[in-house]
Formats: sequence, structure tokens, C-alpha cells
Amino acid sequence: MAGVHAEAVHRHEAPKGFIRRYIFSLDHKVIGIQYYFLALFSVFVGLLLSILIRIHLVWPQAKIPLLELLSRTGAPGGVITPEYYLSLLTMHGTIMVFFVLTTAPQSGFGNYFLPIQIGAEDMAFPRLNMLSFWVTFAGLVVLMAAFFIPDGPPISGWTAYPPLSAVGGASGPGEAVGQNLWIISIAIFCVASMLGALNFIATTLDLRAHGLSLMRMPLTCWAWFITAILALLSFAVLLAAGALLLLDRVGGTSFFVPGGLIVSDKIIKHSGGSPLLWQHLFWFFGHPEVYIAILPGMGVTSHILSTFSRKPIFGYKAMVVAMGAIGVLGFVVWGHHMFISGMSPYSAFAFSVLTMAIAVPSAIKTFNWLGTILGAKLRFPTPMLFALGFVSLFVTGGLSGIFLGQPPIDIYFHDTYFVLAHFHMIMGVAAIFGIFAGTYFWFPKMFGRMLNETMGKIHFWVTFVGVYAIFMPMHFLGLEGHPRRYSELSGFEFLKPLLGVHDFISHAAFITGAIQLVFLFNLFWSMFKGMKAAENPWEATTLEWTVPSPPPHDNFAGRHPVIYRGAYEFSVPGAEKDYVMQDSPEKVEAGH
Amino acid sequence: MALAIALVVALISVVSVALFWARIWWFPPDISTHGPAIDHQFMLTLVITGIIFVLAQLSLAYLVWRNRDRGDGRRASYSHGNNALEATWTIAAALVFIGLNLMGYHIWAGIHFVGAAPGAMQVEVWGQQFAWDFRYPGPDGKFGSSHVEKVDDATANYLGLDRDHDADSKDDIVTSTLAIPVNREVQIFLRSKDVTHSFFVRELRIRQDLVPGMIIPIHFTATQTGRYEIACAELCGLGHYRMRAFLQVMTEEDYEKWLANMAAQQ
Amino acid sequence: MGSTTLTKPESAARLDDFGRGGRGFDDFGGGDRWVPERHRVPSRSYMIAMAMALAAIVMLFAAFTSALVVRKGLSYDWVSMPMPRVLWLNTALLLLSSLTLEFSRRALGAHRAEAFARWLYVTTGLGVAFVAGQLLAWRELAAQGVYLATNPSSSFFYLFTAAHGLHLLGGIAALIYLVVRAGAIALRKQRRTAVDVTALYWHFMDGLWIYILFLLMTRF
Repeated sequence: MAGVHAEAVHRHEAPKGFIRRYIFSLDHKVIGIQYYFLALFSVFVGLLLSILIRIHLVWPQAKIPLLELLSRTGAPGGVITPEYYLSLLTMHGTIMVFFVLTTAPQSGFGNYFLPIQIGAEDMAFPRLNMLSFWVTFAGLVVLMAAFFIPDGPPISGWTAYPPLSAVGGASGPGEAVGQNLWIISIAIFCVASMLGALNFIATTLDLRAHGLSLMRMPLTCWAWFITAILALLSFAVLLAAGALLLLDRVGGTSFFVPGGLIVSDKIIKHSGGSPLLWQHLFWFFGHPEVYIAILPGMGVTSHILSTFSRKPIFGYKAMVVAMGAIGVLGFVVWGHHMFISGMSPYSAFAFSVLTMAIAVPSAIKTFNWLGTILGAKLRFPTPMLFALGFVSLFVTGGLSGIFLGQPPIDIYFHDTYFVLAHFHMIMGVAAIFGIFAGTYFWFPKMFGRMLNETMGKIHFWVTFVGVYAIFMPMHFLGLEGHPRRYSELSGFEFLKPLLGVHDFISHAAFITGAIQLVFLFNLFWSMFKGMKAAENPWEATTLEWTVPSPPPHDNFAGRHPVIYRGAYEFSVPGAEKDYVMQDSPEKVEAGH
Repeated sequence: MALAIALVVALISVVSVALFWARIWWFPPDISTHGPAIDHQFMLTLVITGIIFVLAQLSLAYLVWRNRDRGDGRRASYSHGNNALEATWTIAAALVFIGLNLMGYHIWAGIHFVGAAPGAMQVEVWGQQFAWDFRYPGPDGKFGSSHVEKVDDATANYLGLDRDHDADSKDDIVTSTLAIPVNREVQIFLRSKDVTHSFFVRELRIRQDLVPGMIIPIHFTATQTGRYEIACAELCGLGHYRMRAFLQVMTEEDYEKWLANMAAQQ
Repeated sequence: MGSTTLTKPESAARLDDFGRGGRGFDDFGGGDRWVPERHRVPSRSYMIAMAMALAAIVMLFAAFTSALVVRKGLSYDWVSMPMPRVLWLNTALLLLSSLTLEFSRRALGAHRAEAFARWLYVTTGLGVAFVAGQLLAWRELAAQGVYLATNPSSSFFYLFTAAHGLHLLGGIAALIYLVVRAGAIALRKQRRTAVDVTALYWHFMDGLWIYILFLLMTRF
């Protein structure tokens, strides 16, 4: 024994210390947590921005303390100017879409749990993984820098349509340096994302444990896998678009800027470019992007619903096929963001039929979630609450898409609050609920302690009711034709009566925003003071629940798990307990 | 807990539907010939999605309550799914969603696949940061060329017309209000001087982006006189929220008077 | 569960105390006590990763291509661009470099370490020569007053050649790494993957250049 130990010590001269353990770590679990914290920081920045937006809409002359310190030109005397409002919403959208929704569900939970769920010691390429994280971090730093430059962040929205975004400072404040920083940040993010995607794909294909066929993988793994493919292919196009936009801005090219423009009395020298070209490239990325944001949440929801229903997921194969269909179709529907853009109305129609088609796999998934809880034996710990909430919110958000996907109806609703309602319900809420569900579910495994249930339930209830209170009324604003990205209601007669609705929404937002502090407190308090977690507190079946909480560095302590069955073997007739672990050789009559 | 979930989900569903039903916030009455068809397609979609919404949310609520663990030792049913059911609801969903879309085809076709009738009145709509200009071709029926280097706000030459040298632009009438006669087909040509804007009139059920570098035609017929707000509906900069003009739908008589008046002021 | 219970030979490398559950935040990661090199990943994974990376690069150039098609089709200001003749020489150099890379791999397979290293040097040199040649092409154009923003055709020329060149520089960096490690690679079986992966990338860059050349010839 001493000899073996000596050999071990000799072979493991790996560095210790804080830096190697927590900062530049190659361990996928550490990296996953780093991504999670990056997203956590980002979501609170994004949340703060949304609160500022909600304040300004109802009380445009409100003096907001400390804001003048951040931007003297943007908020003189603490009063948000119209241009600063646009900066705030641009950064809100950008931070939320990229640094929260593309990060936490995939890079956060995926990095942590994909290797463990497939029985691997780590991702296929740990160094590449670490690089991906730090490149993402660099992207965030560059983006955040836009807050601190004199002219402030760009005002062109997270969609950055040229020529507004392409002609520089002439089109508005923040459009000079701010827009450049935005483009560079996004380009960096694209690279990081693609590097991460490589890792996910290679890991899923090659590092699965013995007996873990693709059709025995947990649906979370399928979601991460398909999402990675989407990310790989779509972010490359965004990178291309960003490069072209940057060249138009600083290189004098005219990819997106046509001739004959006069912006703020300044004649623009570009000519021959097409603003629509940007829209096509951007949305070719942008549409798969929203599926990147939601697919992991769907995987987590399926996983959690099955676990707390004590029942296999209804229609596992259909669920896989549906996610695949969503992935594939996601690449051919981008034009539905552009029905009234001036593109060919014939292609508009083609895009709309395909868009309706993509509603079908989404419907299948919803039916299957309902099918899972039919005949179930439901338990309601907090992760289950958020998973059920996801289903409700996904239905609501998805259905508003049925309106928007039809061109004649989109004529009225495009660029109104109806669109805001739709994408917030689906992304800004359902996907977020997926993150919450994953957090409450996996926290015990990640930190070895349980999150506090009471705080969890308070968080769930206030948030669930709160988000309906915030976003359901936005449909009504859309019905009234209320345009998006208006910093005030004062410009139009038809908007003035709607102030009351905005007032309601803002108050709902304040309460819902505030309750997230309970979540934040719960998260950090429980890391140190939470009840100790057992190995499998939820009585779940997948491999992460066969290792200690938290897992050792190579996850399985040198063990090589062997898989005998699918991921959702609950309540199997003849089994000893109402769940059978994936790696349990127990012989039962069924067990795929 | 199951009861709470069920009740809250059910309550949210009922309240949401009630608010739609009550039409507290709703479209303004439509004033265009293609408006009724759009509104009808919307109602059809609302009814169908409304039914799906209620069924799905109430199913969720009911199933949650019904299948809660009652502590009676009962095991959940061990089922991996039902292929017949999968096939059924897949086909049903496809039929409903795609069918709904195809039903609206003729509306889109009527607006976009068919051009304006030959005798339609023509007006140009110009957008810039943050104002609208409208140009009538005048008696010659032709729009003169626009020269960006001739744009001069001081002399109100917003469109850069060269009236001295360009015969076509001599009789062009540039206004800040879009006046049109009622019940007459109008074809507008959307153009932008700087960034992308969008022309949106709620009552007309019309929306179309103004894309720099393009001249985009769209046609409609207004069916009621009145004054309506034109809103910019594509983020165009800090003044986006106040980029407003008015659509004045007048009787033929009033329109001719107005046009003559405007012509005199050029 | 300690080090003594592990009996499999390859697991012997992963001994040591790996931490226990329940200590909360303090222990969630624990650092790198297992050494990355011991982490067994099939060499196939590297090829898959490279193939995926190439898929992403394809999408990047597909996006640029669609921009080219749209831009050309739209505007009336498309002016044909003079094609620097040095491009043909550069193409020959690049194609040759793919050939020499294959000679290098062949030599490695036949355990001829010296030939392996030598052909690697040649390949790298040819790659560098290609990049130099591209820069020469740019010089030639600049001398004729054709820059990035001169006309849309030239914009795309610089765009495509720059994007390709940048990616090729990455390939050259990989080749240099192989050259530096040539000795070690020739001896050890597992490092061959690095050569295979680099070769895949390099040949792809070759093919990509042929595609770009085709675009230049037919669309410009």
C-alpha cells in the first residue's frame, strides 16, 4: 500500500492552490459552475436594466439615484434620456440572450452534467473547455465596457439593424465606439460558443459509458447535443455578419449600407449595400439561437417531470425526434422575423408555412409532458414546481407564436408588444424556469447541500404569478398596436390611455424582480449552511445520482459505469423500489 | 401543493381568457378594405389558440391535482407512451396549424401578390430621423428625382428636389400630412433617407418597413374618413417614440381642395 | 473509497484522494489532481472535433458567399476586379503543400522519422510562402489603387482572402507545433492523432482555397 501511495504521489504533481482549483481549472464541473456564475451575474445586470426600463416607461421624468454616476450624458440628473433608454434595452437584450440564455442552460448545466450523465470522467477536451469559458468571459468584459465609455452603449437593439448600426455616430449616441464594442464582444462570444459546441458533440458521441446507447441517454443529454449542433452551425453565420458590419463601420465597405443616404445632415459615403442582407444573416443565426435557448430547458423539464412523476417520460423516442425536428426546422424559418421587411412576399409565405410546421414538434413535446404526469405519482419539491411552470409558460408563449407566424396577422403585430409578450414568455420566462428547475434539481449534487425548500417555494410562487402578471398584459398592449422600443408614451394619442397597463406591469416587475433576491440569498446561504445532501436525494435514476455530492474530480473515482437500461425507469413492475438506476443490473421484466 | 398549482393555473387561464373576451384592450375599428379579412383571420386564430390554451392549461391543472401522491402506496403507471396517440396528435396539430396558415393565404396574396389597380392614386412616403414627408406627383403624375446633396432643411427641401432643373419635380407636392380620398385605392411608395423605419397605421391594418436603398410599394383603400396616427414601427434612433404623422382620409372634394392648397404652398 | 480499491492498470494513474461529498462550496471542484494527459479520449474524438470545426468554417464561408451573391445581384455598381496573377502561383504552392503533407504522413506511417520531419518542414515552408504570396497579391492590387473599400468586388476579394489567410495561419501554427514535436511524435503512437487532425484541416484549407478561387473566377 505504501508503495502504491508513493507511486501515486510521484505521478500526481498537479498544481494545487486557489488558482488551479477554481480559476484556471480544467475540471468540467468547475467550468460549469464558472459559466453558471457568469450567467448569474449577467442575469442580475439584465434584470436591473429591465427595472430601469420599466421605471422609465411609467415615470419618464423619474430621477434615478446613482444613474448619473454611470452616465452623465445618458441620465443627466438621474433622468434617463430617450437615447439612453435605447442603450438600456439594447444591453438588456444582448446580455440576456447571449450571456444568460445561451450560457447557463447549455454551458452551465451541460458542462457540469453531460459528462457525468454519460459516465465520462470529463469532457473530451478539457483545455478547450477552459478556453471556451475564458473567451466567453472576455466577451462579457468587452460588452460591459460599453457602459463605461463616454457615449455609452449602442442604441440599435440586440438586433443591430443597419444602417442604424452601420453608419457610426451620425445615427445616434452610442453608435460610434459603443457599437464597435458590441460587435467585438459578440464576435468573441461566437468563437467561444463554437469551441464549446465542439466539445459537447465529441463528448456525446465518443465518451458514453458501456451500454449507454444514444437511445438510452437522458433527454438532457439529447438536448445539449442537439443544441450544440445548432450553436456550431449558427454562430458561424453571426460571426460572418458581425465581421461584415464591422468592416462597413471601420473599413469603408458597403455590405449593408446603400447609397444616397443622409443621416443627421451628414451625407454617407457608402453605396450599394443591402440592409436586408444583414437581416437575413442575423436571423439565420437568430432563429436557431432561440432554440438554443429553449432546448436545454425542454430537456431539463422532461427529466424533472419524469423523476417527480415516478414514471417514465411519455414517448421518449418522440421526444428525441421532436427535438431533432425543432433543430432542423429551426434553420429554415428565419424569414418569419422579416415578413414586412421588404423581402419577397412569396418567400414570406414559404417561411410562414415552415413556421407553422415547427409548431408541431413543440406541440408533441407538450402533449408528452402532459402524458408523463397522467397516471403519475406526483411529488412537488421546488424543481418540480419550476418544471410544471415551464410547461404552462411554454404553452402560453408558444401559442402567441401562432399569431405571429401568419403574415396577414403579423402585419398588425410585428414590432408591437405582442412580439415582446411572445418572446419573453418563451425565452425570458420559460427558458429561465428551465434554469431555475435545473438549479433546484442539481444544486444538491453540485454543492453537497440542499437548497432551502421554503425559500424555493416562495421564489416559485411569486415568480410564476409575477411573470404572468408582467407578460400577459403585453399581449393586450400589442392588440392596441403599441410599438416596441418606444421610450415613452407621450408621442401618440393612442398610447396615452395605455399608461395604466404599463403601471401594472411595472409594479408586477418590481415585485417579481425583488423576489429573485430570495433565490440569490438561498443559493449562497445554502452553499455553506444548507442541509447536507445525500447521494440521491430525489431518488432519480441517472448516473449523476450514483456519485457523491459533490462528485470527485474524475466523477466516478476510477469506476467505469455500465448501463443496463434507459434513463426513466420509474415504477417498473417487479422492481424493488419505484426507481431503477441506469447502471443497476437488477433484473426486471421491462427496462429497455 | 397540487391543489394550489391546479387552482393558480386554472385561475390564470380563466382571467387571461376573460380579459381577451372582454375586449378591454382591442384593435381600433378597421378602416380598410382588407381589414375585415385580417380581423377575421385573427379571430379564427384567437378562438383556436384560445381553446388550445384553455385545454392545455386546464389539463395541466387537472392532471397535477389528480395524480398527486396521496401517500396511499399506489405506484405510478409504468408506461413508455402510446404510439397511436403520438401519431394522432401529431397529425391533428399539423392539420390545425398548417391549415390555419393556409386559410390566411388569400389575404396576404391580396395585399402583396397583386399590384395596385392601374388607376390607383400614387403617393410617396418618406421617412427620416424623426419625421415623415409625403410627396404627391402633381399633375404630370411623375415623381422627380431626389438628390441627397440638395437636401436642405432650411429651405424645407427635405427630399432634395431640384425644381429648377428637373421638370418632373417642378409640380411635386411635398407635405407633412398624408391626405387621401376615401374609397379610392392608394398606392404608396415607401422610401427612407437614412435608416430603416416602418409605416404603421393601426386602423388601416397596414405595416411596411421603409428600407434605405429600396422603394417599396404597398396599396390599400381607406373606407372611412377621419384622422389617424401614423407611427414609426422600426427602431430608428432616439426619436423613434415620437416619429409621428397623420393620415387624413377625406371626401374626394375635401381632398382636391387640400391638394390644391398644398400645391400653392410649394 | 480510496486508492487501494482500484485494480485496473490504467486506473492506477488515477489514485489519490479525490475529496468527499458534503463539504459544500469548499469542495465542489478540488482542482486538477488528475492529470489531463491520463484522461483517455479515443483519437476518433479529435477527428470528430476537427470535422465539426470544419463544418462551422463552412458555414462562415457560406455566409460570406451568400453575402457575395446578394450584393452582386442587387446593385448596379459591380465592377469586375483585376485578378492578380500571383494567385495562380500561390494556388500551386498550396496544392503542393498538401502533397508534401501526405508524404510526411506516409513517412510517419513507415516509421521514417527523419523523412517525416523533413516533409513537415517543407509543408510549413510552402504554407508560409502561400501567405506571403497572398500578401504580394494584395500589394499588387494596392499598387493599382484597389483597396478594401474601392468597390464591392474588391471588398469581397479582400474579405475572402483575409478570412482564408487567417484560418491558414492557424494551420501553420499547428504545423509548427508538429515540427517542433516531430521527434516525440515519431516515437509515440498516440500523438499521431495530432498529425491526422492537422492534415485534415490543412487539406480542407486547400479545398476551401480552390472554392474561393472558383468564386473569384466566376463571380468577380
